[in-house]
Amino acid sequence: MPNKTQKISKAVLSLLIFTALIVGAVSAFASTEAAAAPAVANSNVAWWVWPLVLFVVTFVLGILAVLGGVGGGVLFVPIVGGFFPFNIDFVRGAGLLVALAGALAAGPGLLKRNLASLRLSLPVALIASSAAIVGAMIGLALKPNVVNILLGATILLIVIIMGTAKKSDFPIVPKPDNLSQSLGIMGIYREESIGKDVEWTVHKTPQGLMLFVVIGVMAGMFGLGAGWANVPVLNLLMGAPLKISVATSKFLLSITDTSAAWVYLNQGAVLPMIVVPSIVGIMLGSMVGVKILAKAKPKAIKWMVIGLLLFAGLRALLKGLEIWK
Amino acid sequence: MANERTKASEEQIVYANILNKGMWFGLALLIITFIIYISGALPSYVPIEDLSKTPPGSTVPYWSMRAHDFNQALNIPTGWGWTALAGKGDYLNFVGIAMLAGLTILCYLVILPILIRKKDTPYVIIAIAEIAVLALAASGILKTGGH
Repeated sequence: MPNKTQKISKAVLSLLIFTALIVGAVSAFASTEAAAAPAVANSNVAWWVWPLVLFVVTFVLGILAVLGGVGGGVLFVPIVGGFFPFNIDFVRGAGLLVALAGALAAGPGLLKRNLASLRLSLPVALIASSAAIVGAMIGLALKPNVVNILLGATILLIVIIMGTAKKSDFPIVPKPDNLSQSLGIMGIYREESIGKDVEWTVHKTPQGLMLFVVIGVMAGMFGLGAGWANVPVLNLLMGAPLKISVATSKFLLSITDTSAAWVYLNQGAVLPMIVVPSIVGIMLGSMVGVKILAKAKPKAIKWMVIGLLLFAGLRALLKGLEIWK
Repeated sequence: MANERTKASEEQIVYANILNKGMWFGLALLIITFIIYISGALPSYVPIEDLSKTPPGSTVPYWSMRAHDFNQALNIPTGWGWTALAGKGDYLNFVGIAMLAGLTILCYLVILPILIRKKDTPYVIIAIAEIAVLALAASGILKTGGH
């Protein structure tokens, strides 16, 4: 129904503009005050304004993430890192916990419906979570401007992947590889859209596992959920059906992000004042997003999300290069 | 609906059940402790209103500092040192955060006996290795070089 789709698109666009105005107004006010203030001073923006704005922004991001088919963390880190006064260390720590909470919430349902596969997840998670620890340690050791440059470049890469990557509902796996056979990575799930039970298996497992080393490092380094990379590897490279790939990717984040989150927690890079409003905001937003998604799936919103990521990626890159401070 | 062929494995169901209960418990804990924090019902180690303040000798507010500098400026312990401050409003929040972050380890520990009973040796090894990796991350032994 085009009218409903148009209405939803307009509503989402209005939400985006509203949020941008709030963040822009508070940022501008805060920076004016800071510039005019002496070296030892307090910001004139009341402390509670930022968590409140954070809650509103993450609520909108939660809606957009569901409609745009991305994880909350990938929107959270560049946007909050680029437009809020918090250090990127705390933003990445919060980003990991936001992605973790989302994965923990979605995991049980996906596992019970046999869409997320434990047999596929466990070997991949071992590789990705080990790499995420290394990524987290590298990320916390790097200078903030280097992190911002790399983050900006990564977000722009994600934009390219989102804009160009194809998906395959039922990839053809001519022959499972030896590793997947010996680990018994296979399954059957009910595909309601065609009313059939679909048997699946995977191939190119060693290559996939190698790529999960890179994905894990990036997830830990930038505090991003890594669904944007997990899904193409599981679906296009290893040949898992799209539904299995998306569900397993979501569940996988609960393990990958756990290891990196512990590193941030132990290094004191977690501020509850940022974490809790963000988790609650994004989870409530996701719930609203799921309800909207059930009524319509406007393609335009995916492009809005890509546009938003492009903007946030450029912001991170230019901030890191000290062109747009 | 799932039939016998499409039904999830025993360990998958058990994992899902623990995850479900733990997630809701952790989330509830997080929200309750955050309300205690912002209401000021318990005094905080670092008062929430101070986070936006710029300390003497610094050009940025506390929350704009790197984590390493923030910890040094406010004498905040790293690793599991926060447990000693769990009676404070701000560090009480870490109980819920640690609960959510520790949930996966618990899930692995619960499915391990099932994998052993099934004599699923490769997955027993994988599960033990994952528990070791997550325990290492959670231990606080790993330190970054700062900057």
